[in-house]
Amino acid sequence: MLKDSDILYMDYAASTPMRAEAVDAMLPFLRESFANPSGSHAAARSAKTALEEAREQVASALGADSSEVIFTGGGTESDNLAVEGAARAARAAGVGDGVVVGAFEHKAVLAAADRLEAEGFRVSRIGATSAGAIDLDSLARALDANTVLVSVMMVNNEIGTIQPLDQVERIIAEHAPKARLHTDAVQAVPWIDVAGAGAGADLISISAHKFGGPKGVGALIARRGVALEPLIEGGGQESGWRAGTVNVAGVVAMATALTITVNNRAAEVAAVGALRDSLLAGLSSRIEGLVENGDREIKVAGNAHVAIANLEAEVLLMALDRVGVCAAAGSSCSSGATEPSHVLAAMGMSESAARSSIRLSLGFASTKADVDGALERIPAVVAQLRTQVGAA
Amino acid sequence: MAMSGGVDSSVAAALLLDAGHTVTGVTLRLWGGETDSGCCSVSDVEDARRVAAQLGISHYVFNLADTFMESVVDPYVAAHSMGNTPNPCVECNRSIKFGVLFERAVTMGFSALATGHHARVSQSPNGEWQLLRGVDDAKDQSYVLYMLDQTHLARTLLPVGEMTKAEVRSEATRLGLRTATKPESMDVCFVRREDRGDFLAARAPARPGVVQEIDGTVVARHEALAGFTVGQRKGLGVAQGEPRYVIAVDGPSATVTIGTQVDLLTPTLALRDMTFVAEAAPSHSEELSVQTRAHGSLGRGRIEMGESGSAEVLLCQPLARVASGQVVALYRGDELVGGGIVA
Repeated sequence: MLKDSDILYMDYAASTPMRAEAVDAMLPFLRESFANPSGSHAAARSAKTALEEAREQVASALGADSSEVIFTGGGTESDNLAVEGAARAARAAGVGDGVVVGAFEHKAVLAAADRLEAEGFRVSRIGATSAGAIDLDSLARALDANTVLVSVMMVNNEIGTIQPLDQVERIIAEHAPKARLHTDAVQAVPWIDVAGAGAGADLISISAHKFGGPKGVGALIARRGVALEPLIEGGGQESGWRAGTVNVAGVVAMATALTITVNNRAAEVAAVGALRDSLLAGLSSRIEGLVENGDREIKVAGNAHVAIANLEAEVLLMALDRVGVCAAAGSSCSSGATEPSHVLAAMGMSESAARSSIRLSLGFASTKADVDGALERIPAVVAQLRTQVGAA
Repeated sequence: MAMSGGVDSSVAAALLLDAGHTVTGVTLRLWGGETDSGCCSVSDVEDARRVAAQLGISHYVFNLADTFMESVVDPYVAAHSMGNTPNPCVECNRSIKFGVLFERAVTMGFSALATGHHARVSQSPNGEWQLLRGVDDAKDQSYVLYMLDQTHLARTLLPVGEMTKAEVRSEATRLGLRTATKPESMDVCFVRREDRGDFLAARAPARPGVVQEIDGTVVARHEALAGFTVGQRKGLGVAQGEPRYVIAVDGPSATVTIGTQVDLLTPTLALRDMTFVAEAAPSHSEELSVQTRAHGSLGRGRIEMGESGSAEVLLCQPLARVASGQVVALYRGDELVGGGIVA
């Protein structure tokens, strides 16, 4: 059996370890400062104060006003609330009924778009270029005066490509002036300046566990004046946009992790980018038939996505796991089975290349030792599998 | 170890561990895509995972839904629409469990693939691998494994084949496995018997035609050929006289021919795609047991090999006709000899 110390974790895009400071920040709110922040007594006030301080921190890190921060139960909820909430509110106000999303958005956006389509919205799904960026010509063609919502992610979760939001904004301004722009920035936070890149977006979704915070907490930035229909109703928390007692410990930890991430970003991007580049260089030289997916020029620093000819990703992932390398393929769902990648399909990749593609994603705690270990283990596993393929 | 989330494969995994093997569990996701029952909602995967965790073994999930659709479900639908009656469990064993999964196990360097089937693998004194019926007659599954050959059997472990179902359950209870009292699956995994008509109708156009007597007299019209199978007695649209059975289904013309119980009998069975456990086919002079369904219907007969994998079974006593697409397995005592698909 492998010891924990033998594990090489290369799945930061799925989830990151928590930053130590974030763990420390949340503990008091699991212990002494447990009160409901909606209460009117002293104990409640300390929770409420922490909650509002966290809101300020999140707002400042994302270039928003604190009144624009809605705390949610994670990236999926933020995406659902942004897409469904904004589209429904706009249609109710008679603005229009068109919704346009990228075909390689996260499933949280795609499922919301499917839901809207079932409710009678006109939904367009825009494909991607082989480099991994949204196809801007198709986007322009899909927009019209009745488009109410456009959702284009800031960074793709599978292949890590940064999307040209500035150009998306320009195209929207020209073709769909009434449309709101949502960007799923869940994968962007560790790597790019979300405040700057998302300055023109009306709605921005983030998720804490992708940048050193805990799971089950996220935020949606909704600019002032953007109408939303809430998904969760009840006690009117979060200005009525999201009812339910706020996860105080979670948002405090998220705000702490976010602040550290933003402060350390330049250094971490440089360090992780160098690790990623040496990982890719080493893999390419040691594995024949290895092809990098997506254009590295437009990728975030932590993402390596490769097709390894003639090996099925499911087999490779299992074999890698057996030697302690944690990697991913497609988008994993709750059962742990691998779904065929809708992202690679949207980029026009052949099914066989898509089936043999895996993602290795690095992050703030990745080390040179991780990369060295991976460069020993991955080529050995690939060589071993290749000698056996077809042996049955 | 292929772990379905059922009691047999759970106990099989435990037995292998006891025997000192290093065991890795794999559960296949074959059906129930997002459009069916929600992404990966199949609770069986969870059962398998929890049993694996309880036993302290690694567990993986392979998504073979596309392969399953192509090699099991689509052919199943196509065959039914031509009036044939395929056995999807056999095709799943052939192309999924002892196809893709077996190949993956070999690729990954595992010494064997284990499943929870009730059958036994043994080796004869001359080193040849044999597939024997499971100890529990009522649960024997060697019939659905008739396609296994020497390559498979050299790397196949079937730990529960030595046990009765009752013993399997009591072992599961003794080990405290959560699957101990789980009810058995009886239907084809992707469609319940009562839903089969709707399932087929949604996937292939219904092919209407006539129901006729052997002499060609048309006695009724039917709406969908897929609703008929050889040997069927109910729902033929004829009510009078001696009981009638479907004795033939003609795909191209969508014609169903009915006859009496005597007409249903046949002295021979024509088979295609014959496979044998041993390297060679048995002698045409050897009398073998002939099994025409998963359980029961045993006759005796000899086989005459024909062109390109076809064969004719010459029965000692006539047997009820068998629908095209069904499997006929041949046994020498408890030993599976091989089998084929009714032409």
